[in-house]
Amino acid sequence: MMYQFNWRPVFDSFDLLLKGLLLGIGIAVLALAIGSLLGLVAAFGRSSGPRPIRLLVGGYVEGVRNIPLLLIIYFVYFGLPLIGIRVLDNLWSFVFALAIYSGAYLTEIFRAGIEAVSKGHVEAGKAIGLNRWQRIRFVMIPLMFRIVLPSLGNTFISLFKDTSLASAIAVPELTYGAIRINVNTWRVIEVYLVVGLLYLATCYAIAGGLRLLERRFAMGR
Amino acid sequence: MDVVIASGPLILRGLLITVEVSVAVLLLGTLIGLAGGLSLLYGAWPLRLIARVYVDSMRGIPQLVLIFAIFYGFPALGLQVSAIVAGILALSVFCGAHVSEVIRGGVGSIPCGQMDAAQGIGLKFVQRLRYVIFPQALGRILPAWVNTAVEVVKASSLVSLVSVVDLMMSIQQIVGRTREALLFYAVAALLYFGINYTISAIGVRLEKRYAHT
Repeated sequence: MMYQFNWRPVFDSFDLLLKGLLLGIGIAVLALAIGSLLGLVAAFGRSSGPRPIRLLVGGYVEGVRNIPLLLIIYFVYFGLPLIGIRVLDNLWSFVFALAIYSGAYLTEIFRAGIEAVSKGHVEAGKAIGLNRWQRIRFVMIPLMFRIVLPSLGNTFISLFKDTSLASAIAVPELTYGAIRINVNTWRVIEVYLVVGLLYLATCYAIAGGLRLLERRFAMGR
Repeated sequence: MDVVIASGPLILRGLLITVEVSVAVLLLGTLIGLAGGLSLLYGAWPLRLIARVYVDSMRGIPQLVLIFAIFYGFPALGLQVSAIVAGILALSVFCGAHVSEVIRGGVGSIPCGQMDAAQGIGLKFVQRLRYVIFPQALGRILPAWVNTAVEVVKASSLVSLVSVVDLMMSIQQIVGRTREALLFYAVAALLYFGINYTISAIGVRLEKRYAHT
């Protein structure tokens, strides 16, 4: 059987895909921002907190990294309303699920970054009379961000790819757009080729942009 | 407690499917990865180019899109595949790309003097890999491969989105019926965690055993 290509239906609804792509990038940015905040707090908790905090953070990191993202999404979207928490719609459920998920990976990244900040810098901060909070704020965090920038970029790209899972709870991002066009027109091959290429192109565009950013900010090895 | 016991058989069946899918994907993915990695390292340039394009494009496309593309796309091309086969194929292609890079990294880190020396004593290409390169590279390949295995078990949950009744889907069905969200999501989390933690633990032991470099 020969497959007859017909690209028109896909390009007629191209704005659907484009909007989905932008939404996906937006979700990934939000999740990265919230996840970074979470990861930063957890990383400091793990590297210098008291024992119960260290255990708690360890449990969070190991727990989240060993269960599927889809389970976290379902828990936030289907589970929370069933136990009486009804504040999040599907989009925000997904953003928070992705933030919780990425937070675990970012905790490990930031922890490694904190450990890689040289002792000399921190002691220099102490010597010029900065207090503990100022040393974290003005010495540790800026240096750490420059060290972890490449890993942060990789995490962002994975997060963008993970936004495809939002289609499972009907968030209208790129994969959901593909499903809809497929259901409406049955141009299966065309739509998934286009969507695959869109994902690929976006990932490489992000990677290229990050490389420029790294050249500007990252610490040379 | 009664609901858990009553749902036991369904969860167990789902768990079995999850394990089956993961094992199939890991086997197939490792085979693809072995071929891909060796092509990247020793292939003639057209082969190397194909392998490079394959590996790099798999890195930029979400697994879910691959699953949908094969599940809906193959029948459109006249190839009938069941949902579970489509899922296994899609995830294997994805896993294969990751394993390719793992193999390339591990084998590539062995100094080329080893290969030259093996050639010098008259070993054939396959023998050089089998007796000289792989035993040394194993310690570097295994840790990354174990990470891939954990990712595969997690990714196997995506086959529930093309209506395969794996662990994730069976839990969804049970939650839909019993409304005991907290309980059953916790059960699912524990089961996934249990599998992946075991894999990681085995990985650490293997790592210790092979870490003589």
